[in-house]
Amino acid sequence: MPEILKIEDLKVHYGVINAIKGINVRVNAGEIVTLIGANGAGKSSTLNAIMNLVTSKKGKILYEGQDITKRSTAEIVKSGIVLVPEGRRIFPNLTVQENLMIGSYGRSDKDGIKRDFDFVLSLFPRIKERLKQPGGTLSGGEQQMLAIGRALMGSPQILLMDEPSLGLAPLLVKMVFEVIRKIKDEGKTILLVEQNATMALANADYAYVLETGKITLEGSGKSLLAHEGVRKSYLGVK
Amino acid sequence: MDIGLNALIQNIFNSLSLGGLYALIAVGYTMVYGILRLINFAHGDIFMMGTYFAFYAITAFFLPWYLGFLMAILITGLLGFSIEKIAYRPLRNAPRISSLITAIGMSFFLESFAVVVFGGIPKSFNVYPKFFSDIILIGQSRIPLLTFITIGVTFFLFLVLWWILYKTKIGLAMRAISVDIPATSLMGANVNNIISTTFVLGSAFAAVAGILWAMKYPQVQPYMGFTPGLKAFIAAVIGGIGSIQGAIVGGFLLGFLEIMIVGFFPSLAGYRDVFAYIVLVVILMFRPTGIFKIYSEQKV
Repeated sequence: MPEILKIEDLKVHYGVINAIKGINVRVNAGEIVTLIGANGAGKSSTLNAIMNLVTSKKGKILYEGQDITKRSTAEIVKSGIVLVPEGRRIFPNLTVQENLMIGSYGRSDKDGIKRDFDFVLSLFPRIKERLKQPGGTLSGGEQQMLAIGRALMGSPQILLMDEPSLGLAPLLVKMVFEVIRKIKDEGKTILLVEQNATMALANADYAYVLETGKITLEGSGKSLLAHEGVRKSYLGVK
Repeated sequence: MDIGLNALIQNIFNSLSLGGLYALIAVGYTMVYGILRLINFAHGDIFMMGTYFAFYAITAFFLPWYLGFLMAILITGLLGFSIEKIAYRPLRNAPRISSLITAIGMSFFLESFAVVVFGGIPKSFNVYPKFFSDIILIGQSRIPLLTFITIGVTFFLFLVLWWILYKTKIGLAMRAISVDIPATSLMGANVNNIISTTFVLGSAFAAVAGILWAMKYPQVQPYMGFTPGLKAFIAAVIGGIGSIQGAIVGGFLLGFLEIMIVGFFPSLAGYRDVFAYIVLVVILMFRPTGIFKIYSEQKV
């Protein structure tokens, strides 16, 4: 599989705190790749660095062979990398439909937008019933669906997802991962950050373990699921 | 018709026209605050600059009045764009107090600039066509055409604003950005462009208000933006700063109170400017967020 995204020696610091201390990540096209790790390990910072939402970073980020390290967030989105941010960050004052439409802000291909809109509604029938409601009136799970749908409206090649299962009931967590697999079936690549390591590893083609800003382990999802250290630290198995 | 009813009709039209002007200015305060959480203290002075631009477009460049007004509105929009770009954008991530002080500085700068370049002596704003002063009779009430023009233009602009906010792509982004700037950039939207558009729009509205104001009280001077600016700011706070409906409602509320109190209690006319502050204090006591509350940042 061709490599679609490559992070080389990425370092991020906030003031004097080094959040990421030089990591290398490769993402192959069409795969689900996951970053797991504890709070503060640097998972979200990695995604924010890709989107150029952090103020200070070093290293290189290559997308389809091109250096996108210095591009603006808007340009990165237009080139095909879209982030589903942590905590959903939907627009509570906009209607559900407007929330979806603003996801396609950087696009001008009307037919493509219409096609993606229909796809998102078929993916989330519950969103379809609530198109005219303000986004803020949705439940937490529905808001997560909306956030994912909104990101899909940007027609991403790579979907970055920051803790999409955070704060959701177990049934909804299962549903989120079903959706992730469906998005993969559409031919899209997914870089997933999760604290729910069991679910993330079970679904991932490849995985990285982050510890205090460094990658301590990597391998296929299955191999990490069976790895003793991972089982002890992240899967709660004694 | 008796005299009381005539006075009432006259006062209603005056209230609508004054309130509309306050509302037009207030919209500019509230849009900027809604996005940047910045009180643009220079807004009243942008209003003042708009009137000077119109004055000189017509007297120095000999443009016909309608072209002169149009040019003034466009140039004032450009002024708003430049102020944001030069003075506020570099401080976007600085502590809020720094931007606030910069805004106050920008206000002083524009006033001093006007004194130095345009002169401190008030100039007569007799640049509009004479028929604007024609009197129209409604029953026995004598109302100048300008009052109708003012009311018509204000309502037209509110319709335009509504159309921009709710029917266009940039309007959608403006509503989104007022809740969450980083999330809006994650949609592929250029945040700087959206903020610039907001400043251009707010400043152009202030220019229209300025021109209408200068025709109503036909003179221009460098400090003319202070009182209307302050009252429009109060109107925006009363309505709930950050909310556009709030700014409009607040503007009309203030206009009505000012005209009606002076109209029916002429002995209180000397205190007319005080009413705005009394209303402000009373409303903030019972409803600290103003009449309309905006969505605050969501906790995650």
